[in-house]
Amino acid sequence: MRDVSFGQYYPTGSVVHRLDPRAKVVFSILFMVTIFFVSSYAGYAVVALFLLTVCFASKIPVKNVIKSVKAILFIMLFTAIINIFFYDSGRVLFEWWKIKITLGGIDFAIKMALRISLLVMGTSMLSFTTTPMELTDAIESLLKPLKYIKVPVHDIALIMSIALRFIPGLMDETDKIMMAQKARGAEIDTGGLVKKVKAMLPVLIPLFVSAIRRADELADALDARCYNATDRRTKMKVLRLTWKDLVAFLFVAVFVALIFLDKYLLVGADKYIVEFFTGLAA
Amino acid sequence: MQIVVKDLNYTYSARTPFERHALKGVNLTIEEGDFLGIIGHTGSGKSTFIMHLNGLYKLQSGEIDVFDIKLVPDKKKKSDLRRLRGTVGMVFQYPEYQLFEDTVAKDVAFGPKNMGLDKDEVDRRVKRAIELVGLDYDEIKDRAPFELSGGQKRRVAIAGIIAMQPKVLILDEPTAGLDPYGKEQILSLITHLKKECSPTVIVISHDVDEITRFANRIVVFNDGKIMFDLPMNELFRHADELHSVGLEIPRAVRIAKMLKDRGIELEGDIVSLDDLLRAIVAAYNKKHIDKTVEENINFNAFDFGVPGACGREEGER
Repeated sequence: MRDVSFGQYYPTGSVVHRLDPRAKVVFSILFMVTIFFVSSYAGYAVVALFLLTVCFASKIPVKNVIKSVKAILFIMLFTAIINIFFYDSGRVLFEWWKIKITLGGIDFAIKMALRISLLVMGTSMLSFTTTPMELTDAIESLLKPLKYIKVPVHDIALIMSIALRFIPGLMDETDKIMMAQKARGAEIDTGGLVKKVKAMLPVLIPLFVSAIRRADELADALDARCYNATDRRTKMKVLRLTWKDLVAFLFVAVFVALIFLDKYLLVGADKYIVEFFTGLAA
Repeated sequence: MQIVVKDLNYTYSARTPFERHALKGVNLTIEEGDFLGIIGHTGSGKSTFIMHLNGLYKLQSGEIDVFDIKLVPDKKKKSDLRRLRGTVGMVFQYPEYQLFEDTVAKDVAFGPKNMGLDKDEVDRRVKRAIELVGLDYDEIKDRAPFELSGGQKRRVAIAGIIAMQPKVLILDEPTAGLDPYGKEQILSLITHLKKECSPTVIVISHDVDEITRFANRIVVFNDGKIMFDLPMNELFRHADELHSVGLEIPRAVRIAKMLKDRGIELEGDIVSLDDLLRAIVAAYNKKHIDKTVEENINFNAFDFGVPGACGREEGER
């Protein structure tokens, strides 16, 4: 038995963990949309502050949240570099052949990098605080209206939750089979690509055999209990919105409002801040 | 030649919320020729422990010396894992799930091939291994492993390990999921293999009765530590302690204890059902010693029908 959970779920039992998963999914979508409306550095500061608050409330180490950016670090740097070299606006700082580094380019590159990293950190807060099972439940519940246009929502949710449920089992199985073949002298993680792929066969074949066997057994077990996905099915854990979700919603609403205020009413708060400080200096 | 384990510690998922301290300073010396039984709860650390003997887990702290192959936590010093895996044969739980080749002979050859032996030697070993586990080489060598029966598959999987001719054979729950007859066969196979091929055998089992039948020494794991390390015949003296950590007591020990509670003292260290039978017969004979000689019961004339109690012959179903 290795790590029973997978993905990023980080249990702390905080209030954020105990929020209704549907609310968390909706908040995440709101967050993702809102971050594309951020137009000033002041706006990014608000986003960062928001994330820090969520982080603090969920008791997840800031280190872990920042680590989640690592996966997209390459994309982030790549877009930043492209932006710096080819985005042409504002004062020219450096020019050579077709490459022009401008003040506007640097500004845009920084904002883009901030946007991508904050986006990833924000969405990973969802996976840090919500188990995959809660997520499927939430998605099923949120997709319910699609039932009226004959989308088999429950089946989709069942497929999703079975798939999720199988992942830890299969990982466990892979681990075991790998160990067993290693004990027989298989060298799984050495050699070139072709050799590596060939070395994976003794693991993959038993893994497929066992996956098919498990699927078969599960199908039989479902059949034996006369399982079918009718409307009358009830749930053991019924999702209910509570006052906690309302408080969280108000918090998110304030955040969204601040960002939109900044974009449409102030048209970027940065210039006021700059003015304020130059005024102080003068 | 010995296996020496010194102060072995192991932690799963260190520095995460899932952290679990699986081994807490385990010390153990296993002599060549030992028939060691390991018992313990799920999560007691017994599986983690045996994985280390085969170099399947990286050493975190401590020291292991398997027949002069040394394992240390130091990353720079590479241990000779290939030699180690040729020395220690590891049969996992449900070993038939690791079969993958299209013929039995090829599957059994996987281990020896990985050891870098030449083709003739591999073929020779495959033939001997298949015969050692009690299967007909000519009949079975070209069949697909997936079309064999459960018991046969398990034998083929064990043959795959035996073909590497390990000096130490480790088996994790070798009889799991088999019917009583299949269990009986695998158990006598293990005794046979110890004689013919691997002189040192370590068996993990949930079933204490099973272990008492063949092991000469028993190690009890509890909560990542070794709770007892005893010669088999002393185990019964600790029946109450075993019971207190929720482990089963061998049936023979339980019966002997019940008899004792009712005032019938049996002599000798009773661990296996064989011991129990012998002791009961001896006690009976002693009690009736004054009577005529004919009334004395000769132990050897008995077959109580207890599986394996009187060494039933092995044979194919």
